[in-house]
Amino acid sequence: MKKALLLTLVLALFVGLVPSLAQDDVFRVAAVAPSATNDLAFSQSMYDALMAVQMHMGEDAFQFDFQDGTFIVDDAAVALREWAASGDYDLVIAHGSQFGSVVEELAGEFPEVSFAWGTDFNTFGMENVSAYTAAADQGGYVNGVMAGLMTESGVIGVVGPIEVGDAKLYVDGFVAGVGASNPEATVNVVYIQSFSDVPLATEAAETHIANDADILTGTAQMVVGPIAIAIENGARWFGTQASQAELAQNAGVGFQIYKWEVVLMDIISNIQAGELGGHSYELTLANGGLVMEFSG
Amino acid sequence: MNQAAGTRLAAWLNRLVDFAPVLIALLLALLVSSVLLVALNVDPLSAFGFMLEGAVGTENATAETLVKATPILFVAIGITIAFRGGMINIGGEGQMIAGALAGATIALVLGDVRVPADMAKTPGAFDLLIVTCSLVGGFLAGALYGGLAGFLKAYFGVNEILSTIMLNQIAVQMMNFLLNGVLLDPAEAGFNNIPKTARLVTAAQLPRLSLPLGDPWIFDRTRLHWGLVIAIALAVVIYIFLWRTSLGYRIRAVGENERASSYAGIHVKRQMMLSMFLAGGFAGLAGVVQVLGLQYRLQTDGSPAGFTASAGFNGIVAALFGGLNPIGAVPASAFFGGLLVGAQKMQREIGVPASLITAVNGLIVVFVVSSEIFIQQRSKRRVSLQETPPALADEPTTEEAG
Amino acid sequence: MGLDDIFTASVFASAIRLATPYIFAALGETFAQRSGVLNLGVDGIMLMGAFGGFYAVHLAQEAGVLAEPLGLLLGVLVALIVGGLMGLAMAFVSVTLKAKQGISGIGVYLFGLGLSELLFQQLVGTPKSVAGFPRISFPVLTDIPILGEIFFHHNLLVYVAFALVPISAFVLNRTTFGLMIRAVGQNPEAADAMGVSVARVRYATTTIGGMLAGLAGASLSIALINLFQQNLTAGQGFIAVALVYFGGWRPLTVAAGAMLFSFVNALQLQIKVIGADIPSEFAVMAPYVITIIALVFATKRQEQPTALTKPYERGE
Repeated sequence: MKKALLLTLVLALFVGLVPSLAQDDVFRVAAVAPSATNDLAFSQSMYDALMAVQMHMGEDAFQFDFQDGTFIVDDAAVALREWAASGDYDLVIAHGSQFGSVVEELAGEFPEVSFAWGTDFNTFGMENVSAYTAAADQGGYVNGVMAGLMTESGVIGVVGPIEVGDAKLYVDGFVAGVGASNPEATVNVVYIQSFSDVPLATEAAETHIANDADILTGTAQMVVGPIAIAIENGARWFGTQASQAELAQNAGVGFQIYKWEVVLMDIISNIQAGELGGHSYELTLANGGLVMEFSG
Repeated sequence: MNQAAGTRLAAWLNRLVDFAPVLIALLLALLVSSVLLVALNVDPLSAFGFMLEGAVGTENATAETLVKATPILFVAIGITIAFRGGMINIGGEGQMIAGALAGATIALVLGDVRVPADMAKTPGAFDLLIVTCSLVGGFLAGALYGGLAGFLKAYFGVNEILSTIMLNQIAVQMMNFLLNGVLLDPAEAGFNNIPKTARLVTAAQLPRLSLPLGDPWIFDRTRLHWGLVIAIALAVVIYIFLWRTSLGYRIRAVGENERASSYAGIHVKRQMMLSMFLAGGFAGLAGVVQVLGLQYRLQTDGSPAGFTASAGFNGIVAALFGGLNPIGAVPASAFFGGLLVGAQKMQREIGVPASLITAVNGLIVVFVVSSEIFIQQRSKRRVSLQETPPALADEPTTEEAG
Repeated sequence: MGLDDIFTASVFASAIRLATPYIFAALGETFAQRSGVLNLGVDGIMLMGAFGGFYAVHLAQEAGVLAEPLGLLLGVLVALIVGGLMGLAMAFVSVTLKAKQGISGIGVYLFGLGLSELLFQQLVGTPKSVAGFPRISFPVLTDIPILGEIFFHHNLLVYVAFALVPISAFVLNRTTFGLMIRAVGQNPEAADAMGVSVARVRYATTTIGGMLAGLAGASLSIALINLFQQNLTAGQGFIAVALVYFGGWRPLTVAAGAMLFSFVNALQLQIKVIGADIPSEFAVMAPYVITIIALVFATKRQEQPTALTKPYERGE
């Protein structure tokens, strides 16, 4: 085993492909994410993915540091800069589209370090930046088709955060899905202008229920409130980003789950082959990056 | 001469003892945090070690501490004026956003203008013009936003605590609206990304700051920028303004005793509006400096803190730590900046949850502010920090009603 | 889309629900401020109360040791105790140690924000729901058209909040305790001369304020939302402080302010749900704008308690 490794190493050296940073055979990743690792949403999806990669590659071959709760961009910037400057990491991940400017600046300053960030397509034309995004509209469409078929009242409520990013993609896909399966149904969409305001999201869900919605969906970490309302009122819940099946109990129907590990494995093998970045990736149902989970 | 030096030394030592309660408060806060850390199975000593290292351990850490302190200092200077004028300004967050929106817009528009021929001859002249216009615009926008609260208080009796809390929320929605609309980065149109402006051209950026000591220069390759210098310079200016000009005196007089000032012929309403105008202006500067000096674009995640990093609130704390004196706000802001940056390091190194840091920061604030009573008791005859700063003793007595 | 699509009974019911935490917290803050203590840390205390109440109910329901109503009452009790303790701490800091109230309040806020999240992450982990206070169905009353939906189909804590409004007004205006509170806030020297302990009254009001803030938090975590998440209150405590100023330190108008704010919020949600084409940003900012405008046009203005934010120094 060790001999084989040595051989590959020498071979790799020979063809000049050895990654400049990998001083040992452990692949090290560091990542920042804006909210908590157990938010049942965006940040959790990346944490779960890194755990999955570690399971797959083994703890002696893959390790990661994770700083959560860095919704303040400057806090993330300090962490990212420190990681990049340390030279200890094979890949530095900025999980959140608000971190784009920081990645752009650091990637220029540390051309030998690999960066990945999302959700976005933009690699800034740099060789050491990977960008990743999720075709959230695909799972949204699937959820929407099912919701359209299931609704009895003909009214479906959506609670969204800000009308941007994968939230907008998901909601648009969902609305299109309902339209495809049940053109008669009404989909009411409310964006509450916040990713985290649980009380407002909760009352938005109440308002949907009061306007006859019997199915609810939504995206971002504040959906825990709407889920509780769905349970209380016997409505059904469709979710996205991470599995909320446990919280949603009997109300939960379909969940679109982000499997960033699909993207991460690609990026990692590219880096191990000496290619620091330059590509953008997309999670889709077809490439297994988006997975539908059904319950209830 | 020897005697004079001795007296000075005694006075200095006396001062030092004054600060003992603050140190004890800090130690107590560390003690309580240690209990929390031990409960989380973390070695407190190494935790605080990392905190210190993260705040000042390396050149880059020190730079980041100062970077963090810069907007806090701007806000604190403004808060000092407002509180001295008797106005409780909780609106730093909203005023920062107003300043950033205006400043970023000006920088983007002027950044697209072709350099006029007569300016192209002097390198950097046009850059300086863009940056100056953006800073002034940011100041004015923040000032108008703060002044609005002052106006509502002066002429409609709307309490400024209420209006500034509400105006914070209004500002953030305004930012969301504009960044997702007219100010949206044209390159992003069609994509579904976070609402943000285009990146500022280099000419519109506030230059990075490094000190010509050693080779390479100190703070070279860090994010430290000229905003810090502007902030410190303005702290001095505002100190002089508050204690050496009659306008400053009138602001403070209204803050000390509204009724007496009114009897003395001071236009109380005008001073209220002025102190809120200035306070808002400084918060606006904090906002525009973040854009011009650090992020090079304005973006929002929908929450105020996503852009302001809560500097609008932390500035209040720093202003009060600084004894409501703009000069005092300088070390107070640096201290608070170090606390915030060091805490992040602590989280990174030993996986302490960020929430613990927030709680510890809260404790430090409570403990330090509580310790002030002991300082005041020691110097009972010396006037207290809050009521009358030392400088008031040599108050120019020439002012009269304006 | 007609007016009757917008001003539905459910919007009024929604406003009543939304107002509940504000009323609890703002009434508590009214007591504190009337006696001269500005507590800016309400939001932090709400968060601690919300977590404490939630965790007690969560444990009781997991263990199944307590019957459901008892478990919920335990949650309320815990929220009151946690809130009361934080109020007591605030009183110690502002009354005994005479710390600057604006700054110490921000410290209390940060402490509550951080500690509630820390405890949640360590003890619970990921969001879990509890069976909170159920909606009450009154015989006959709940079935009245429109009025039944608006007034007679809420959970217990909603009624407690609204019942506290006249009770608070009575205590402040008609009892000796209330007289003492007002005297201490208006003219502490005179109150002291008359033998009223300024410190003791302020300790009492700030602690009551803390207890009500704790209850405000619990009204979210075990009655209206039935779960806890970090920063659950999303800044509601600051709005509650603002509403005290809106209401001019009088419980009835403070509650009216909370209702106005919440009604506009309910209205903007309804308008978005039925699909009016206005930008979400403007809909969301509406409650804040209208609260300011309403105060501009309000005619009577109450002076703030003279001694607000000023620690009492005897013999000055």
